[in-house]
Amino acid sequence: MTDLNKTAADAVQDAPRNPAPAGDPFLSVRDLRVHFDTDDGLVRSVDGVSFDLHKGRTLGIVGESGSGKSVTSLAIMGLHRSKRAGITGEIRLDGEDLIAAGPDRVRQLRGRELAMIFQDPLTAMHPYYTVGQQIVEAYRVHHPQASKKQARARAVEMLDRVGIPQPDRRVDDYPHQFSGGMRQRAMIAMALVNDPSLLIADEPTTALDVTVQAQILDLIRDLQAEFGSAVIIITHDLGVVAELADDILVMYGGKCIERGPAETLFDAPEHPYTWGLLGSMPRLDRELQERLVPVKGTPPSLINVPSGCAFHPRCPYADLTGGRSSSELPVLTEAAPGHHAACHLPVAERHRIFAEEIAPRL
Amino acid sequence: MTDTQATEAAAIPSSTPADVREPLLKVTGLTRHFPIKGGLLRRQTGAVRAVDGIDFTVNAGETLGVVGESGCGKSTMGRLVTRLDEPTGGKIEFEGTDITHLGVGAMRPLRRDIQMIFQDPYSSLNPRHTVGTIVGAPFKLQDAVPEGGLKKAVQDLLELCGLSPEHYNRYPHEFSGGQRQRIGIARALALRPKMIVADEPVSALDVSIQAQVVNLLDDLQRELGLTYLIIAHDLSVVRHVSDRVAVMYLGKVVEIADRDSLYSGPMHPYTNALMSAVPVPDPRRRQQGGRERILLKGDVPSPINPPSGCRFRTRCWKAQDVCAAQEPPLATLKTGHQVACHFPERSEGNE
Repeated sequence: MTDLNKTAADAVQDAPRNPAPAGDPFLSVRDLRVHFDTDDGLVRSVDGVSFDLHKGRTLGIVGESGSGKSVTSLAIMGLHRSKRAGITGEIRLDGEDLIAAGPDRVRQLRGRELAMIFQDPLTAMHPYYTVGQQIVEAYRVHHPQASKKQARARAVEMLDRVGIPQPDRRVDDYPHQFSGGMRQRAMIAMALVNDPSLLIADEPTTALDVTVQAQILDLIRDLQAEFGSAVIIITHDLGVVAELADDILVMYGGKCIERGPAETLFDAPEHPYTWGLLGSMPRLDRELQERLVPVKGTPPSLINVPSGCAFHPRCPYADLTGGRSSSELPVLTEAAPGHHAACHLPVAERHRIFAEEIAPRL
Repeated sequence: MTDTQATEAAAIPSSTPADVREPLLKVTGLTRHFPIKGGLLRRQTGAVRAVDGIDFTVNAGETLGVVGESGCGKSTMGRLVTRLDEPTGGKIEFEGTDITHLGVGAMRPLRRDIQMIFQDPYSSLNPRHTVGTIVGAPFKLQDAVPEGGLKKAVQDLLELCGLSPEHYNRYPHEFSGGQRQRIGIARALALRPKMIVADEPVSALDVSIQAQVVNLLDDLQRELGLTYLIIAHDLSVVRHVSDRVAVMYLGKVVEIADRDSLYSGPMHPYTNALMSAVPVPDPRRRQQGGRERILLKGDVPSPINPPSGCRFRTRCWKAQDVCAAQEPPLATLKTGHQVACHFPERSEGNE
């Protein structure tokens, strides 16, 4: 069995490219802020992020380390300790506000309606319990009436579903007996055991090799098509979001600086930071460039976020805005249908710069 | 003492006429087996064949990129070449000198010529030392007195690597990941080495910072005439920095070729699969389905019991009986491509 390989071209072909659906979004985040009070000052990890997500769609959140993408996902999952984190704003899941709801209510939802896949499956799984025991626990917490036997059958079924060979035997293995890719599959099985409606994958493939990454991305795509859940995928890898996401949200310094459908975001990015990200990554699908074009400087501190646009100290076009970049906070405005960006540069000017200077280099 | 040894070492290649490009580093049949001990008497019961007979050369002034998945032995290979680890077998020649089994003392003068850049800029710098001490350490260890004094030399190095000379008295925790990696690079450059082995030099950095460090490595190579051996798992980074690329799988080199010919026409099925698995930042490709991706099934087999014959055969879609019986040698094809496969791709014209 294992020596059989298939080309995934046909699997890619029927990937759902559904247009943005109308109606109420399944998850709606409004002006989410997560601040941490530390000895050094207030860390504004997430500072006013809003987005909507419909069932059956995938949102990709992209950003560098410290941009607030993981903190956003932990806030949705209700995994911040309330004493340490000041969370304001609104997170509506199917109309119910999770921030206003108590921790008990969120605990009921977590694992059943909301599930998460973590980056490093070795630290996210308990080394002391077998993989099966951990999946069974996740199932029985939300299905108290299920017998041990039923729960175990369900665990085996899920392991089979995520492509683990001989699931009835491997269910009794410990996490260390699994390879990295299999552990990530087991964690996906654990996340999906209660058929969640919202799945958050935080850097699900960062710790994996490319060949395994391709397998896992395919798996997530297939499972979403099958279960119709909403998926948030958080990553720093633009290649991964391009493979999976319908919509993309780019974060910088705790804020959303650009948001739009995947195609337009890659074809006609609006924000200079997004240009910088695209320009600084070497790409296999393009002619080799002599030199990469890095974004100068380093990501901002979240304690002393630069005034005005947080990106202005690194932005090559900041002086074209007549000083507004450093004094005035840019707001997200619609630059193209469904495509928003927070930049002071006039839209026409941005399009000119992109067409003349950026696009030829990409 | 060390000075005379160093000049002797440097004199060897200049005494041989520079007829053909003498390889700076030549590796033949290099192996490293880590013993597995078991039983009551702790006898050796097996071995992890991390590196299992590899040959390659690195010419002066070029960059050889080494790619492979985790566990393929690429980092072990880097540690063997820099002699941080003792090879089980094979031969490593640096500038024509056999350095395979040199002891710590005999290796020391050569450390000036071979330096290393590490993956993790957080754990590779001593948190209790200032940047000045860290970057100045190679001078002290080699008893080398730089012109104009140690402090001046360190500050020049910091500037060369895009840091400010005022950073001399700061500690590593005051720097970001990208800056720390620059400190590591400054330290590696201190003694003006001939060759730098960089093990995943940018994989711990953010995308926008990655490009800065890649460009820095590029500039330094041009300025100082360095030779790089860059080990990485990211195929697009390796394509960007390398002149030639070696692909490793389970302790073996399966393909070596020029960068351009390798990326435009990979011949080993594994290389082909590896490249097709790299996600492409272009959502339209997915939509059109025009992209042909080879999905490898299963995992890399254990290096304790590697498959007989060709090691990739258990996951290869072209595998036949001969692949299990006979190990394919790393053969040079007419394109200059070296590939270890019985049925290389795109090879119709080669027979």
